[in-house]
Amino acid sequence: MGAGKGERTVASYDEDAVSMGVEAARDAVRGASDIDTLIFATTSPPYAEKLNAATLAAALDLPRTLRSLELGASTRMGLGALLAGADAASAGGRALVVAADVVIGAPGGGRESGSGDGAVAFVTGPDSEAIAKVVGRASATAEILDVWRLPTDPFAKQWEERFGAETLGPIVLDTATRALKSAGIGPADLATVILDGTNARAMAVIPEALRLKPEQLADPLLGAVGRTGSAHAGLLLARALDRARAGDRILVVAGGDGCDAIVLEVTAKVEAARPVHSVDRWLGSKRNDLPYNTYLKWRGILPFEPPRRPEPERPAAPPMQRAGHWKHAFFGSRCEACGTGHLPPQRVCVKCAAVDQMREERFSEASCKVATYTLDHLAYTLQPPVVAAIVDFEGGGRLSCELTDVDPKSVAIGNELEMTFRRLYTGQGVHNYFWKARPKR
Amino acid sequence: MASNGIKDRVAIVGMGCTPFGEHWDKGADDLLVDAATEAWKSAGVGPDDIDAYWLGTMGSGVSGLMLSEALKLAYKPVTRLENMCATGSEAMRNAAYAVASGAYDLVMAIGVEKLKDSGFSGLTGSRPPSDGTDPTMTAPATFSLLAPAYAKKYGVDEATLKQVLARIAWKNHRNGAKNPKAQFRKEVAMDKICASPSVAGMLGIFDCSGVSDGSAAAILCRAEDAHKYTKHPIYLKALSFAAGPAEGYFSQDYDFTSFPEVVASSRDAYKQAGVTDPRAQISMAEVHDCFTPTELVLMEDMGFSPRGQAWKDEQEGRFDLEGAQPVNPDGGLKSFGHPIGASGLRMMYEMWLQLRGEAGARQIKSPKLGLTHNLGGAPGRCVSFVSIVGSELG
Repeated sequence: MGAGKGERTVASYDEDAVSMGVEAARDAVRGASDIDTLIFATTSPPYAEKLNAATLAAALDLPRTLRSLELGASTRMGLGALLAGADAASAGGRALVVAADVVIGAPGGGRESGSGDGAVAFVTGPDSEAIAKVVGRASATAEILDVWRLPTDPFAKQWEERFGAETLGPIVLDTATRALKSAGIGPADLATVILDGTNARAMAVIPEALRLKPEQLADPLLGAVGRTGSAHAGLLLARALDRARAGDRILVVAGGDGCDAIVLEVTAKVEAARPVHSVDRWLGSKRNDLPYNTYLKWRGILPFEPPRRPEPERPAAPPMQRAGHWKHAFFGSRCEACGTGHLPPQRVCVKCAAVDQMREERFSEASCKVATYTLDHLAYTLQPPVVAAIVDFEGGGRLSCELTDVDPKSVAIGNELEMTFRRLYTGQGVHNYFWKARPKR
Repeated sequence: MASNGIKDRVAIVGMGCTPFGEHWDKGADDLLVDAATEAWKSAGVGPDDIDAYWLGTMGSGVSGLMLSEALKLAYKPVTRLENMCATGSEAMRNAAYAVASGAYDLVMAIGVEKLKDSGFSGLTGSRPPSDGTDPTMTAPATFSLLAPAYAKKYGVDEATLKQVLARIAWKNHRNGAKNPKAQFRKEVAMDKICASPSVAGMLGIFDCSGVSDGSAAAILCRAEDAHKYTKHPIYLKALSFAAGPAEGYFSQDYDFTSFPEVVASSRDAYKQAGVTDPRAQISMAEVHDCFTPTELVLMEDMGFSPRGQAWKDEQEGRFDLEGAQPVNPDGGLKSFGHPIGASGLRMMYEMWLQLRGEAGARQIKSPKLGLTHNLGGAPGRCVSFVSIVGSELG
């Protein structure tokens, strides 16, 4: 898309920083227990005021006693969140760190073509459990006009890049150097160096100054993904960890209005903790058929003729509250008398009519398949037709729901599906998050 | 299912029905006046002769005042009710039971809907405040779920099924063309039906019922009083209504090739009426052909065709106007139109005409028993109504 030859990742019409964050975090929290802190970093929060992290926590069914923090205002806060997570771990806790962004640029500009949408998640905890230990870190904060965006502006602006290189560059280099010093190692001891920042020229100061070899530098994925805002440094780190061996040392440097740098040492636990979906596996499951005008429509940049249907109504607060466990965490119920699954949860069993003999059951990770389906060309959507299906869950339970990330032509009875957390629509300024099914990836 | 039935205890002695269609020049109140006036005239009575009224509308108004204000009724009981697309039938059922109970001597059931004023395509309607997790399927989409399931279960290839569905639309348009009150009064060629733009799944525009405005009304009394009002009353043999547990949306046992609610309500109605072989004994039927696959599946659910065979019966013309068992002789929802609250009473209006020999160009030769079927909701989650009527007692 845009001027370059490469590709960039694009969040679907029903995705945003929160839903993508949930997707990334589902993999990260698998097997993790006792998470007491959630730290979410994004520069594209779906709500400017209302804790987006709370939606993440609900979708992930994290405990009510959770502490949440939400960081924004600079893409550097993605790595800042990981540092904060490390602090929480040092204090004896376990933190889920999520960084996600949907990055939009003015049509035709370099920020549009050079950016990507993405999310990444880590769990931080005690060193005894770590796949990578923090062995060094450093930070800097500096008032520099490099990238900026007013709260009311859709697109960020950037000062000409060389200024950033000359002002931010030395700060970035100093921070990285201090981080290495605190780790007590030199540049040559690094297996991988991850550089990400608002100003590419400022980051480019490091390899030469530290005399890094090309093989030490992580692929910034600019041609395959684009810079994914707050998520990017973490995304590159996740990809490095996908390939890392015990003993590897990784330096991550994120620049912008200052700098954060972290030195990690990979432990032997890395092998056992590989995620279900590696970064490269996600990238390999891409689709590459999005017309540019559809992208602009999804992002609200291009006005379009609405369907002749009523606009979706906003969901209401009390029913959402009552249905919270269903709506966000996808808990149905199962009849203890006869074993029938129910989505949404019911009080009376559809099979044996037992009343109030249900136990909660989470269906979000269950496999499911198409019982019957339709393509709805009339329903209101940004991406017609709505692909809707009756979905049967392995082990019992049935749901009528939308399918997403699907080629309408490929839908057939019996197709294997999995559930994904999405933003169904936004009605009267209220985001409506719920689950959809998608072809198994 | 338990019901005692009121066979031959209640008669319809007057009916009215507006033309269905795009009434840009009329409001719901005008349509109510038109249908009620025609019904009063048909029974030779006036508004004060009616003891109680039942008004069915899904979303065109609220409370009994909608009717009493439009008709300027003088302090009569008016019950407003709603049961989705079966609203008109439900109004009639409640009115009939009130007469059978002895509470009233003469009552009116009237249904109305004004759909074309919304400016939107298809059915709309506001829902109560919700958690936002309901699936966003439009009505044609929910009924289109039947098509792939039916094709797969009975090994009918999609091209053949598409032809069968188109033939249902073709038949009902052909019948509607003979009906001066129908919304669409033109025959439509098979290839035009097949080529119509897709709405949902296998359904094109011509697979969907007409979105229209209209009203229909019936006047009912005890059977023994019927001849006070008309020489040719029709008698209610059975009224059955079933609301399902929405099993289809919870249980993997439901396979989207049937409406269990229709099976239940039709079997109950046959029992009330003493019908043992519906394929042979029911002379004609007005059924809820909201979308073409609905009519296909209904033929099997009501016992007009064996399971898995309705697609052949449709192709062989069994349900044509000249066939062995005409279905939707007035054009059905497909071409007569579907103003929700009025449709159930419109179906009965066709029975009224046919059983009295007043159906003109589409008159069926000496019908004995007629059936109306009216449903609301979606496959797997619906309400279903079945009535059986005849022009003779016994």
